[in-house]
Amino acid sequence: MTSPPALAAAQLPREKVEHFDREVEVIVKRYPADRKAAALIPVLRAAQELFGPLNEDVQGLVASRLGVSRARVDEVATFYVMFHTKPVGRHVVEMCTNVSCCLTGAEKIWAHLQKKLGVKPGETTADGRFTLREVECLGSCGTAPAMLVDEEMHERLTVEKVDEILGRLS
Amino acid sequence: MTDRILTARWGKPDSASLASYRKDGGYRALDKALGMEPAAIVDEVKRSNLRGRGGAGFATGLKWSFLPKDVRPRYLAVNADESEPGTFKDRYIIEHDPHQLIEGIAITCWANDIHLAYVYIRGEFAKQARLLEQAIDEARAAGILGPRLLGKKDFALDVFVHRGAGAYICGEESALLESLEGKKGYPRLKPPFPAVVGLWGKPTIINNVETLANVPWIVEHGGEAFAALGTGKSGGLRLYCVSGHVNRPGVYEKPVHQNLKQLLYEDCGGIPGGRAVKAVIPGGSSAPVLAGHEIDVSLEFDALKAAGTMAGSGGIIVFDESACMVRALWRISKFYAEESCGQCTPCREGTPWLEGILEKLEEGHGTAADVAKLEQLAGNIMGQTICALGDAAAMPVQSFVKKFRDEFLRHAEERRCPFGAHAWGLDQTSREARVGDVVY
Ligand SMILES: Cc1cc2nc3c(=O)[nH]c(=O)nc-3n(C[C@H](O)[C@H](O)[C@H](O)COP(=O)(O)O)c2cc1C
Ligand code: SF4
Ligand code: FES
Repeated sequence: MTSPPALAAAQLPREKVEHFDREVEVIVKRYPADRKAAALIPVLRAAQELFGPLNEDVQGLVASRLGVSRARVDEVATFYVMFHTKPVGRHVVEMCTNVSCCLTGAEKIWAHLQKKLGVKPGETTADGRFTLREVECLGSCGTAPAMLVDEEMHERLTVEKVDEILGRLS
Repeated sequence: MTDRILTARWGKPDSASLASYRKDGGYRALDKALGMEPAAIVDEVKRSNLRGRGGAGFATGLKWSFLPKDVRPRYLAVNADESEPGTFKDRYIIEHDPHQLIEGIAITCWANDIHLAYVYIRGEFAKQARLLEQAIDEARAAGILGPRLLGKKDFALDVFVHRGAGAYICGEESALLESLEGKKGYPRLKPPFPAVVGLWGKPTIINNVETLANVPWIVEHGGEAFAALGTGKSGGLRLYCVSGHVNRPGVYEKPVHQNLKQLLYEDCGGIPGGRAVKAVIPGGSSAPVLAGHEIDVSLEFDALKAAGTMAGSGGIIVFDESACMVRALWRISKFYAEESCGQCTPCREGTPWLEGILEKLEEGHGTAADVAKLEQLAGNIMGQTICALGDAAAMPVQSFVKKFRDEFLRHAEERRCPFGAHAWGLDQTSREARVGDVVY
């Protein structure tokens, strides 16, 4: 079985855990005192931002702080596409290839991205710089094609614009 | 007559700030509402013929009246999931005029005796979540929200933003509640409906962002005035999101019964290259498609229903004559296969099957029997599932095949896509978008 919560936390850097605990304290205030579990998604997001992928240790920490089972944390961490349980690159590039984006040229840009980065959807470049993902409609269909880079939206994409955006990242 | 309710302030300097909202008369409607009996506000909303802008078009006032009289607490969940392909309006309400939404939330909570509201916003809208949180903080600091509504009424109201983490299904109201409770987004069996058994088992109102943003105007000008902007059982204006093959894509605020053809040719500047319209999806990718000759139609809920489709989320996707319908449907089916939560067998098994057949057809390996199989499979999903995602996956398939059968059969006969490398159309350029008065 997985490690007990105290041990899980012990394997993570102490200052980070303290920082995390302060964030958790703020987040749970948004929910009724007896409904702490509702904070699971925002707390997982905070954990991912602090610790990186939601591996066993991180999941254990989250479970212990919210008083929910490890199984439930895992279920939620794997259900939502914005959570990572495996390591990802320094930057996550998520391009929409849904209909409105394709009608305005997404397929060409998507092909360019794969070629430029030399990876298939879901993969990370060998230098660990980029993880490339194909995603569904981003709610930017009027200003399509669209992609997210590290959760920041970029719209009305062209091949040139994509090159410029990625070129700025190390 | 008013031709702008939601977009009136978009593009003004600092339109998202409390100061500018107040300068333009913001929170006056809340002030008026606090002087009214809560039940009278519900009546006013009923009279307005406001119908849900999230997808189902359910009468808002009626929904509110389903709350059981004597159960407390009650909650409000605002649906800002905006994940239906082709839909991109709620984000701009939040970006350009978040206080209009907050005022709508405050009035709704006062009218329904609700003291805690959550805005469930899709995870991908990081910027919008931040902007909305800022606006809520501003309203709280100004004493509008918090222990005393508008600083004058002994009525506490807390509003929080709850950011999702990427799952289309969480826009479905019961999955949204599950997600808000900190679970994976599995839709619940209905009944009971959320108005009776909702968040944490308590009565919960769920409304779309755009729906609630209309409430201040209704309170200020009266339900009848709102009803008069529309027709029949649908009142007001709504935000149409137009994307795909048009010269001016964007968000257009027009009467609920706006004519589709007029919208495309007058407001959106027609079709690139002067090409003909081949197909239009009028209400988000779940809505059955209209063929080019069917677009001289009112976009009103009941009118579109009569035309065999639905007004849905107001997401209008336009395909010109150079686009391939098989390719388009393949992509749509891939979306539903991707987003099925997997709870019901027909949806879990049927959606990838549809996707697979469409891939085969588009890649030139399909047969006429496959085309028939598509219809049969879609028929087996329709009405057989816990939530409406199953239907949403089936309806595009049924309508595309029915209306463009020749094109599907041609793919089988020629054993290739007749459109070749241009399956998404001859001209796939991104064009300037109009969002209210703002140009992107
Ligand atoms: C699969 C699915 C996805 C949905 N996605 C959304 C969404 O992103 N936003 C939304 O407001 N409603 C969405 N809905 C509709 C909601 O279930 C619900 O009807 C709506 O939020 C109610 O608010 P309204 O009455 O104000 O429209 C979706 C429904 C289904 C079945
Ligand atoms: S219809 Fe599909 S998405 Fe909806 S509950 Fe069933 S499996 Fe899940
Ligand atoms: S289809 Fe790409 S953002 Fe909507």
